[in-house]
Amino acid sequence: MTEMPVSSAQLFGLCGAALIGIGLYGFIAHRHLLRRLVGFNVIGSGVFLLFGSTGYRRVELGADPVPQALVITGVVVAVSATALLVALIIRLAQLTGSARLPEESPGGGR
Amino acid sequence: MAFFEASEGPWPALLIGVPLLAAFTAIVTWRAARLLIWSGAAVVPVLSVVLLARVIHAGGLRLPIGGWAPPLGIAFAVDGLSAGFIVVTGLVMAGVLLFALPQFTASAPGAAESRAGYAFVPLVFLAWAALNALFLSGDLFNLYVALELLTLSAVALVAIDGRSGTIAAAIRYALFGLFGSLAYLLGAALLYAVHGTLDMALIAERATADGATVIAGALMTAGLAAKTALFPFHAWLPPAHSGAPAPASAILSGLVPKASFYIIVRIWFDVMPQAAGTIMPVLLGVLGSCAIIYGSVLAIRQEQLKLVIAYSTVAQLGYLFLIFPLAGGGGEPQPWAAGAWTGGIIHAFSHALAKAAMFLCAGLFMEALGHDRIAGLRGAAHHLPLTVFAFALAGVSLMGLPPSGGFTAKYLLLTASFAGGQIGWAIVIMVGGLLAALYLFRPLTYAFTRRGLEEREFARVPRPRQVIPLLLAGLSILLGIASAAPYDILQIGRPHAAVEGLE
Amino acid sequence: MMPLAFDLFLCGLVLAVAVAAVSGRELFGSIVFFIVYGLLMALAWVRLEAVDVALTEAAIGAGLTGLLLVGASARLRRLQAPEEETGSRKARAATAIACLSIAGLIGAAVLLLDPRAPGLAPMVDCSLAESGVGNPVTAVLLNFRAYDTLLESTVLLVALLGVWSLSDERSWGGHGGLRQYARPGGVLATFGRTLPAIGLIIGVYLVWAGSKQPGGAFQGGTVLAAVWLLMAVAGVADAPRVSNRLLRLGLVAGPALFLAIGMAGAMAGDFLRLPPEHAGNLILLIEAGLTVSVAVTLALLVVGPPQRDLPHGEPS
Repeated sequence: MTEMPVSSAQLFGLCGAALIGIGLYGFIAHRHLLRRLVGFNVIGSGVFLLFGSTGYRRVELGADPVPQALVITGVVVAVSATALLVALIIRLAQLTGSARLPEESPGGGR
Repeated sequence: MAFFEASEGPWPALLIGVPLLAAFTAIVTWRAARLLIWSGAAVVPVLSVVLLARVIHAGGLRLPIGGWAPPLGIAFAVDGLSAGFIVVTGLVMAGVLLFALPQFTASAPGAAESRAGYAFVPLVFLAWAALNALFLSGDLFNLYVALELLTLSAVALVAIDGRSGTIAAAIRYALFGLFGSLAYLLGAALLYAVHGTLDMALIAERATADGATVIAGALMTAGLAAKTALFPFHAWLPPAHSGAPAPASAILSGLVPKASFYIIVRIWFDVMPQAAGTIMPVLLGVLGSCAIIYGSVLAIRQEQLKLVIAYSTVAQLGYLFLIFPLAGGGGEPQPWAAGAWTGGIIHAFSHALAKAAMFLCAGLFMEALGHDRIAGLRGAAHHLPLTVFAFALAGVSLMGLPPSGGFTAKYLLLTASFAGGQIGWAIVIMVGGLLAALYLFRPLTYAFTRRGLEEREFARVPRPRQVIPLLLAGLSILLGIASAAPYDILQIGRPHAAVEGLE
Repeated sequence: MMPLAFDLFLCGLVLAVAVAAVSGRELFGSIVFFIVYGLLMALAWVRLEAVDVALTEAAIGAGLTGLLLVGASARLRRLQAPEEETGSRKARAATAIACLSIAGLIGAAVLLLDPRAPGLAPMVDCSLAESGVGNPVTAVLLNFRAYDTLLESTVLLVALLGVWSLSDERSWGGHGGLRQYARPGGVLATFGRTLPAIGLIIGVYLVWAGSKQPGGAFQGGTVLAAVWLLMAVAGVADAPRVSNRLLRLGLVAGPALFLAIGMAGAMAGDFLRLPPEHAGNLILLIEAGLTVSVAVTLALLVVGPPQRDLPHGEPS
């Protein structure tokens, strides 16, 4: 068996890092708040993937359950935050007719 | 700290359990809100003081939760710094809850439940539980969960009055805050991956300045700095804090940013001082200085009182970050050790009390006048003498005039910067004090002007409510008069880096 | 070589779908890609031997979050909020470069990690017998680090309080505004009558099995929430009023029970201590409470703030 250039754990870790970058782009570049929320969730799942991948380094010892438990906690926290933001965004749209923050709307701002 | 104390029974847990119980009860039945506020405001500060007494007696506490010691489990880690913050939190929260009682609870036994009234009480108690949990925690991931609990309740408190402007401010706050939490979590994940534990004391024993640790520290600091509204991440704070109802603003400005700041201090002084390098402390100091100048200048230009106070928060939070370059500076010539570190923390305490008092005063002005334009404050000293006096006292502390907590803090920071030869920071501190005087003089001058007494323009505000901000501001002054006590308390469990500085 | 090749393929797929989710032109398309992304991530978690996480990611990360986003985009479309993007190409390019650098920095940190570090798996295995359960993830969540889970259950509550506080003043106390789409006799109505029973069994089983196999309160609770939401959307059940006392009790029951057990331990010496001989039963008890509260809270988070009391099918 030849030496692998990168282990499974490192591969998923790098994938997580890439996802953080992709999500960050969505979070910063878009003006529409729901799209920023999608970006935020991609960042979150990237962080979780990176965290979980570090538990897979010594495969023969079994996967480390602590990062897994913490990721589950993180997912629940993330959905709570997403739900609150969704409600805020909908309320903003009900009151102002736009799903963008005021100074970022075309023609908006004070 | 690497010692274990024999089981202290329920003490630390009660500080979290009692506010949580109050919150659960308030969720189920709104009618109990008055009773809950009175009991909570009475019981939890007492518990906080008891905890402080135990910490002084034992020299610090480190308790495994559930009987599982780190690295497998989580530990309560309580030293002088934690206990001090918990006591200050208790005092501010009690004051805010009692102040908010007429605004958010049933005015008569048969009154209908209102939307904001229902949500306010449990949100405040949950924020209180989150703050206590945060200050008691010795585990990096546990800090993350407590921080998220705090951030979400703070966001909900910002949005509670439902106007479109504040909803937008709440969304902006949420975006910054949740992004900051993710950056922090990523850093914590990296630290776990390197050291195999999330316990701060254990990591401190094992930490070296290797690449992954430094990156983790940088990520965590960046995320937490965004939550502490450090320049240039400050844009979310003024609209959010000025748009929230006054009692909520008191909590938001007085306590919430201190929590993320506390974690930054823990990370750099307790967990990884050797990884600090020379750039990071100076960078934080520079950004803090920018915050002081920028926040103060913008505060001078505001026409609405709550915006002045909110921009003042941006500026005052900047002072806190000066402890990073100043810590350990020239310790030998001074008769006291760890001057800058202690000074920064005392500044945090005193600002919490004074800023909460200020926002409550602003709330009283709004109730009396119906608006918060500074120009409309003419003659306020005649009709609301207690409130104006409280506002002035709080201003004394914010400006750093003796004898106040703010003065003690600035004095410690100034002497540290002169002793260490870092004059630049001293200039910033002094300029900041002058600018604070400028932005506070305007409302005070208006308040003290005499004009035709037009009683009808001021609605009556009951005296007991005016006493609360006066008490809080008085405590902030007391912190300066009796400054030996907080100084000694903070030395309990003080990290080495506070004396020697970050390398 | 085979596993690594599969992992490479999976990662490539995940990244491609993520890029589609983040950069698509249309909001709804981007949300759909996000749900697919969540399901692919669940596969990645299975590859990392984290089946509990895979279940959670599929149920909450892809399912519930996707539901929240789809519902939000539908509501925004009814409110006719504009969807087009603005922004210069140069700004977007600069942002992309900045994000690439940050991703690179984090990737460098990943590669700097010691590939032979053991983590806490051996320690967990040693103490697993005392923990009262056979699933190490459940042991960590509900025994070794139960304090985190207690706080996490209150995070859900805070979010719900925030959501509820966003209603109109007039609508306070009313029903949540979940639109009902079902034609009587149609597919949705039929599913709404047949699936709940199956879902209920699966949800309860997931919780009960979580002691020895992957599963647990959060996964099971999410399935139960989904069952209830399905019934509400199909017109079989109704969203309760926010002022309903029983509903509010259900919300706090889980965290309150958890806290009570924790404080009982504190009075006896250690906060949240579960004595080994009772730990298994106590954990099941806590999980039962948490399942109820998680299910109710998650369902209500999707339903949203109380709306006006309007006839079926007409909330705004």
